[in-house]
Amino acid sequence: MQLTQKHQEYWSKNLRITSILLFIWFVVTFVVSYFARDLSFNFFGWPFAFYMGAQGALIIYVVIIWYYARYMNNLDRAYGVQEGEDE
Amino acid sequence: MATPVTPVKSGMPEPRAGTGGVFSAGSQKDFNSQLKKVYTFYTGGFLAFVVVLAIAEQMGLPRNWIGYIFLVATVGLYAGIGVMSRTSDAAEYYVAGRRVPALFNGMATGADWMSAASFIGMAGTLYLTGYNGLAFIMGWTGGYCLVALFLAPYLRKFGQFTIPDFLGARYGGNIPRSVGVIAAILCSFTYVVAQIYGVGLITTRLTGVPFELGIFLGLGGILVCSFLGGMRAVTWTQVAQYIILIIAYLIPVVWLAVKATGIPLPQVVYGKVLESVTAREEEFIKDPKEQEVRKMFTDRAAAASAQLKDVDRSFTTGQAALKSALDKAKADQASPESLAAAERAVAAYPKDAAAAKAMWTKDAGSAGRGAPMLRHAEAFPGATEEARDVSRRNFLALVFCLMVGTAALPHILMRYYTTPSVRQARESVFWSLFFIFLLYFTAPALAVLVKYDIYSFLVGSPFAQLPQWVASWQSVDPSLLSIADVNGDGIVQRAEISIGGDIVVLATPEIAGLPYVVSGLVAAGGLAAALSTADGLLLTIANALSHDFYYKMLDPNASTARRVTLSKMLLLVVALAAAWVASQKPADILFLVSAAFSLAAAAFFPALTLGIFWKRANKWGATLGMIAGLGITFYYMATTQPWLRSVFGVTSPIADHIWWGIQPISAGLWGVPLGFAVIIIVSLLTPAPDRETRDLVEHVRYPNITGDTMVTEGT
Repeated sequence: MQLTQKHQEYWSKNLRITSILLFIWFVVTFVVSYFARDLSFNFFGWPFAFYMGAQGALIIYVVIIWYYARYMNNLDRAYGVQEGEDE
Repeated sequence: MATPVTPVKSGMPEPRAGTGGVFSAGSQKDFNSQLKKVYTFYTGGFLAFVVVLAIAEQMGLPRNWIGYIFLVATVGLYAGIGVMSRTSDAAEYYVAGRRVPALFNGMATGADWMSAASFIGMAGTLYLTGYNGLAFIMGWTGGYCLVALFLAPYLRKFGQFTIPDFLGARYGGNIPRSVGVIAAILCSFTYVVAQIYGVGLITTRLTGVPFELGIFLGLGGILVCSFLGGMRAVTWTQVAQYIILIIAYLIPVVWLAVKATGIPLPQVVYGKVLESVTAREEEFIKDPKEQEVRKMFTDRAAAASAQLKDVDRSFTTGQAALKSALDKAKADQASPESLAAAERAVAAYPKDAAAAKAMWTKDAGSAGRGAPMLRHAEAFPGATEEARDVSRRNFLALVFCLMVGTAALPHILMRYYTTPSVRQARESVFWSLFFIFLLYFTAPALAVLVKYDIYSFLVGSPFAQLPQWVASWQSVDPSLLSIADVNGDGIVQRAEISIGGDIVVLATPEIAGLPYVVSGLVAAGGLAAALSTADGLLLTIANALSHDFYYKMLDPNASTARRVTLSKMLLLVVALAAAWVASQKPADILFLVSAAFSLAAAAFFPALTLGIFWKRANKWGATLGMIAGLGITFYYMATTQPWLRSVFGVTSPIADHIWWGIQPISAGLWGVPLGFAVIIIVSLLTPAPDRETRDLVEHVRYPNITGDTMVTEGT
């Protein structure tokens, strides 16, 4: 099959959003945990690092996946690679 | 889709397999709204059932009856769904006809994912290890980001039946597929053994039958869901199981939050409770009575270790010393009290060297109870800077392995083949994590609330007035809960309580003072969690054997009916084999489960992601990369994990094999990067993949592309 300029653009936009979201995922998970001992200021009762591990990071993960699904489903339509109606 | 129509005795034609009953409808839209109706009705019905049982309990229904009713009602329900969803159509059997809407696939994935370990074990782990236990919370949720960004939409577009299917098609030939089949079976089998073990345990607790019988009763529960209807039946029972398990998890925690703070939102308010727990911990650390108990444990452990150096000699000298003390007391005509004490000491002494060894080993094991107290909220505790560093390194490594492992476990990835479209596959990952999140962000709250309850009400109370739940759990199983007055002051010290992880969830209803019906509900929830995961895993193994091994490699001309029948037979065989292994009570079952994550991560993640994101990756790179990743992960475990060391007869000291202080559970930390490196290097050294393979990669990258000649099976 022949890929057009538009297809290439769709794919590079996909790679861009994937990298951005992956970077956020990495910071929330590994950078915050690495500095957990220093990030122990009080955050509504929790030490901040504990809150992040128990709740904050999880909320961000859910948002990352929600945003990716929304962004890509719109991108599909904008670049005409969406599927037929399925609902 | 070729579907055999079997005539039945009455002469009436049977409805086409896979189209009858509630779990099918005309258009996708009708199907979706019908499902919503059915499951809303179901949830209401289940809640009503619990309320009726609660009323019956107040009116005097005996406790063991409540256990039986829960067991029979829930398993009967799953069986009903299983029978209604029976099918012999390949697409229905392997991928539920690819018509599972995003929301419901999310719930099914949630139940598939959350095992007995998540439901029962996790809050206990958090209770026992504090901050370090959060590695499981983050690892088992953050992995879904990788599923969403790297795998789910592309696998859905690829649209075959199994994960080895993708390896076979992308890398060409049977070798990558076979490695995939072996890896899939390796990680799924160890995992399913643990689930069946959990099922046996819960059935036993719910009804009081012996453990072995419990396993086989539970096995019946697993098979009724998956045997007749494959993925289709498993999907719809998993949705039902998710609803039960989440209700069962939330009710006691909400109650406990009301008890501690007056607000029914445990996840929001436990920050304040954690502050009180931390304050209590500081008191315990300074309290001289607590210090006394901890020192007694340390001394006892040190003495026992010394005795263990030469068991026979310590046994005889110990016995002789006591006997001579008794003789001396008799000769000196000591007071009757000291004479009686000396007699008791002789009588209490172990009968022989073996008994003495057992006693000393147990005492030596109590060294941990004398260790400095853990602060729940402190990250990476340790006496020295170096110990803290190793603790941090292991925390990060474990998070990494659990995350990548999540994004590589075949029974989870397989679920994203079942949605109607790529778009819904993306949304479905969101729903999956959302439904998992509901339980996972509650578990740390539960651990803190239970700790608060124990620290403020149990510790400091006199031994004469222990709460009712303590006595009942102590008699069930002393390894789960034992409280002994070590220093003899008649008051419970924190260090005198020994608690097993599993009790935290199971005993919460009693700690919160809820009626017994809630305990039954929690057990039913744990059962739902274990059954649903076991079903997904069994299906993965049976499909890898019947679809990938038999159909794709041995007999490509096999008819649909034959493949599905074979898959059902294999399911039965694998289930029986797993039940047999579980009934042997393998010692290191928890380690095996965590090992499955490292093994899956190293075997699948590099080959799957590079297969999608790097066109140049080829057959030899993928094959060798998977073998290298699996190999090094397995090697590291075999040389550093005590049980595997004994299996493989490794005798050189562990310290020689440990790299960088990393625990064997996180062996995937070496396997994943090595897998990537080998795939990249070997692929570049060998010829690029052919045109067809490059077309396949483009095919999976775009949900819909003009000029695409590939079609997805079963849509």
